Amino acid sequence: MKLGRVVGTVVSTINAPAFDGRTLLVCDLLDPSGRPSGGYLIAVDSVGAGAGETVLILDEGNGARQVLRAPGAPIRTVVVGIVDAVVEPSATGARHRRRR
Amino acid sequence: MQLARVIGTVVATIKSPGLEGVKLLVIQPLDRALRPVGSQLVAADAVHMAGPGELVYFVAAREAAQAMPDPFVPVDHAIVGIVDAVETLAGAERPGGPPAVGRGRPAGGGRPGARATGKSPRAPTPRRRPRP
Repeated sequence: MKLGRVVGTVVSTINAPAFDGRTLLVCDLLDPSGRPSGGYLIAVDSVGAGAGETVLILDEGNGARQVLRAPGAPIRTVVVGIVDAVVEPSATGARHRRRR
Repeated sequence: MQLARVIGTVVATIKSPGLEGVKLLVIQPLDRALRPVGSQLVAADAVHMAGPGELVYFVAAREAAQAMPDPFVPVDHAIVGIVDAVETLAGAERPGGPPAVGRGRPAGGGRPGARATGKSPRAPTPRRRPRP
């Protein structure tokens, strides 16, 4: 799974039937410290994520279709969680808790 | 899924069984500021309505074949939607502007060649900032 930040939505009226009624989120990919790592993904929302939120992105087809209960859908990327914090162990052994 | 611009069509008479009647389009993947990124590729048109010049989104890998009427076809990229608009959500941008690809990162960080367009890293359109 990947960390991302929701930065937008894709509006589309002509699409494959599996996408009807689904929200497509444009997500910048993040490194563990929360900085954008350069890429982005368009993911189907399954948790009601909003603008600017850090999210957990599943980028694997079989799991994605199970989460959405959409067998046979051409969907591979799904937002499956909203991240509250990422805890990183530091060099000194102290634990840094990065709030989002 | 990623954004792409349709830039051409592919005409092929002799194709693998199952690909008859499948429209093949040349697409240029784009970053989220709609700048070209990466190399062009051929994608099957699963919405039957995409044409040159159109902004679309496509899916890669096994899921591309799932978008076709017969899901057991040799297709690895498929256009699954035509984009009306890419909306940047209010509050999504951090102060100081959007994290454009290749911008604002320390030298040597990130993926090499992530921005292979050779263009200015500045976004082509002015970004709206939240009013104070």
